Amino acid sequence: MPAIKGGQAPQPLSTDQSIIRNFCIIAHIDHGKSTLADRMLQITEVVESRNMREQYLDRMDIERERGITIKSQAVRLPWKSGIDQKDYILNMIDTPGHVDFTYEVSRSLAACEGAILLVDCAQGIEAQTLANLYLALENNLTIIPVLNKIDLPAAQPDKFAQELANLIGCKPEECMRVSGKTGVGVEELLDQIVAQIPPPSGNASAAARALIFDSVYDTYRGVVTYVRVVDGQLKARDQIQMLSTGAKHEMLEVGVISPEPVVSKGIGAGEVGYIITGVKDVRQSRVGDTITTSIAGASTPLAGYKDPKPMVFSGLYPIDGAQYPLLREALDKLRLNDAALVYEPETSAALGFGFRCGFLGLLHMEIVRERLEREANLDLISTAPNVVYRVMKEDGKEITVTNPSEFPDGKVAEVFEPMVRATILAPSEFIGAIMELCQDRRGELKGMDYISEERVEIRYILPLSEIVFDFFDQLKSRTRGYASLDYEPIGEKPGELVKVDILLQGEKVDAFSAIIHKDKSYGYGVTMTEKLRKLIPRQQFEVPIQAAIGSRIIARENIRAMRKDVLAKCYGGDISRKRKLLEKQKEGKKRMKMVGRVEVPQEAFIAALTTDAELDAKKNN
Amino acid sequence: MARQLSLYIHIPYCTVRCGYCDFNTYTPKELGQEDGLEAITSNYLDSLLTEIDLVVKQVGKGLVVPTIFIGGGTPSLVSPKNYHKLFAKLKESFELNPDCEITMEANPDSLTKESLTGYLEVGINRLSIGAQSYSPHVLQTLNRTHHPENVKNSVQLARQVGFNHINVDLIYGTPGETLDDWKNTLTITAALDIDHISAYALIVEEGTKLAREINTGVVANPDDDLMADKYLFADSYLKNQGFEWYELSNWAKSDGQCKHNLAYWQSKSWWGLGPGAHSYFDHKRFSNLKNPLTYSAKVKNGELPIATQELQTDEMAQVEKIMLEIRLRSGLEISALPDPNLLGDLDKEFFLPKPMEDGRLVLSPTGRLMADSIVRKLSAPL
Repeated sequence: MPAIKGGQAPQPLSTDQSIIRNFCIIAHIDHGKSTLADRMLQITEVVESRNMREQYLDRMDIERERGITIKSQAVRLPWKSGIDQKDYILNMIDTPGHVDFTYEVSRSLAACEGAILLVDCAQGIEAQTLANLYLALENNLTIIPVLNKIDLPAAQPDKFAQELANLIGCKPEECMRVSGKTGVGVEELLDQIVAQIPPPSGNASAAARALIFDSVYDTYRGVVTYVRVVDGQLKARDQIQMLSTGAKHEMLEVGVISPEPVVSKGIGAGEVGYIITGVKDVRQSRVGDTITTSIAGASTPLAGYKDPKPMVFSGLYPIDGAQYPLLREALDKLRLNDAALVYEPETSAALGFGFRCGFLGLLHMEIVRERLEREANLDLISTAPNVVYRVMKEDGKEITVTNPSEFPDGKVAEVFEPMVRATILAPSEFIGAIMELCQDRRGELKGMDYISEERVEIRYILPLSEIVFDFFDQLKSRTRGYASLDYEPIGEKPGELVKVDILLQGEKVDAFSAIIHKDKSYGYGVTMTEKLRKLIPRQQFEVPIQAAIGSRIIARENIRAMRKDVLAKCYGGDISRKRKLLEKQKEGKKRMKMVGRVEVPQEAFIAALTTDAELDAKKNN
Repeated sequence: MARQLSLYIHIPYCTVRCGYCDFNTYTPKELGQEDGLEAITSNYLDSLLTEIDLVVKQVGKGLVVPTIFIGGGTPSLVSPKNYHKLFAKLKESFELNPDCEITMEANPDSLTKESLTGYLEVGINRLSIGAQSYSPHVLQTLNRTHHPENVKNSVQLARQVGFNHINVDLIYGTPGETLDDWKNTLTITAALDIDHISAYALIVEEGTKLAREINTGVVANPDDDLMADKYLFADSYLKNQGFEWYELSNWAKSDGQCKHNLAYWQSKSWWGLGPGAHSYFDHKRFSNLKNPLTYSAKVKNGELPIATQELQTDEMAQVEKIMLEIRLRSGLEISALPDPNLLGDLDKEFFLPKPMEDGRLVLSPTGRLMADSIVRKLSAPL
């Protein structure tokens, strides 16, 4: 029996590096990472069968429901190898699975010596997986290629083994075949982790250096920080120091996760565990930072620390203005657990009081919004997402624009916009459709490779702004869902960008302003004015809707004045009914937002700021 | 002056139900009664007589009645003989004004010279004939079964036997009705020897057959702009033909205004008799049980058959005054507004320029079409 029975396993702080194996699983959403992790927990008997539940490691409801992992975890798995019959400690480090969290992924990878490349053998590798694979290779990780879901009727393990072999330069028969669902091949995989992945090689007697690869806020414990000790050791009641800031904290608790927290005397070189210091904000314990001891500590940080930088901004507004204080509270709370989230109060003439929020990317934005709505029970409107522009004015002054309303009205010398390198993987039959989409989004083709006979990797340089606006939805719909996308920022580029304003009866509606490439401004103006004409009910007077660049009108629609609003009859003397109807109508009017004299229903804002694809998605739910 | 009380009498029966109608009316089949309408209405009359006794017990004997309106349903289903009994009871219970206006709604198919003479003899002195339209396809959409020609015949007969006041009811805005259809209906109606025309925009009421047909796309939704055009045409055409508007949906020749109708809009007291009838009395608005059978049972038990009741607060009275009087040619006094400054937010075109000077607001034709918006605005502080 390869599981190590209770109490027999090597203990933290006294585990020799030679028997430690640190690994992560690189996989696309839905390719079965959580299910495989579940089986590993069961086979190594760290979770008893009767306590087992699906996706055991995904803590937040939102993770479980959407099948994605936002925060990583590290689980200590004792394992007696079936090959040499010796005891080992495997640390499985779960990585976040999405492009927005590339930096967090890179830190998780930096905490490992090896990675399982897990691919659904009914679907093949996806762009994000490929991007993370490249990240792992850059970090010199040993890769174990694994085909999952071999139990599925649609499985094509031979085909995708060939694809993986082409990608990482191994032989197709070297790809392991497992089923996370049934458990087939999982014991062999654990043995291969021991056999193929090298043990950690830090200096156990040097000054302590530990890499923070995750930091999570817990209501009861404060911030729980996940670390990989590289050199030396961290012991309970040590005073520790953050190398980026020099801040010192008392270590209140240290331990390992297996898969529930287990307090230990400390953790040694090569080991993975958690520490609690009593800090209340994840910003004080940032992913990528290096921890050392404040006495006889190290002075050189481990490589690769970066501050997370928001890439996408959007205004968040409560539909009911009275919920503004609740929104502030909820953001403050969320911030404790999300070092990348930034926000500041902003006021919109159309939407009232809200916050301009900065996110790592679109998924990050969606997750934050969903958590605010769900956990704080808020109804929110979010304005169309935009990126950060750097605007050089003719007088030489420079402005950073995170909100279209900050875009200067006067002449500008140059506008710089953030660019990304995008990688798209898709069946080759969709090359035309993908290139058409990227071309339309101002993309510059950088290369194309066949990763197998039927699948290609297409690389483009694209403005980030083009990706944040329904690019992914378009890509999915043009490739019948087969294409996958990954992107990374690669700096900025000057662009011919203008601000398009939308005016209702001559008044600017700030929530609808957008910064758009000159060539597309006309299209935006036409679409938006048309959309609003359909969404805004007729008023007692004619309402012109205009799209304008500065003072130049580029599109125009008209909402004709309402001509009839009267109930002709008296309902046989039922005056009460008539009065109640009037009161109901008055209530309805109160829920309207006033833009000048124009009454705009809440739904019009929501619908106008939502892309058609999002609307369709909501309808289908 | 003695206290005045108008009376509304509801006849809740029809031989068939029209597709647009959500009034409180029943066909014998709907009530599950095997008896013919004659027997049903005769029984029903007994309940009415009992209800009158109960009302008199409540309000006292001898109140002066300035107007009576018999509506339905189809009041012309009740025979003159039965009305004779009803009026004997009314005269014994109240003091009917010598010039008491007594209106009965009538279906043009059911009127004969004989029945008309009978109605006149029992005291009914005003007829309201439901014509709705002269376009066969419009009548079909509305499920009206009468022959358009019968409207003209009924009017002629009524005039012959001596009715001096006759109204014709019209509906505009039925799906499929063109502006020309409507002009034709108005032309024919205005040429009749009548002194009053009511023209109501079709309201698609939830739960009616017409609403179902619109929801399922069998017939088109009425078009508000076309309705507005029809209203404006009606107002100017009828004026040329000698019918002046005096209430949003009502036009009359001189001396032809319906006093009972005005009583509603001027918040005068009235008592509604019969199932589902509404009343306004002593600062209360209340209504009777809707089902004729439960209504009769309650009355026979010696109780007023009241189902709902609402005490009118000062604030409610103020909103209702604005809501009701703004519809009248006589208009609403500006001093009744909670905040006259709100007038500044409304288009001046909505009001007649002249009467505004002597402290009253009177709506222009375009203003009348927007009356509900205007009332919402003006009553906003209440």
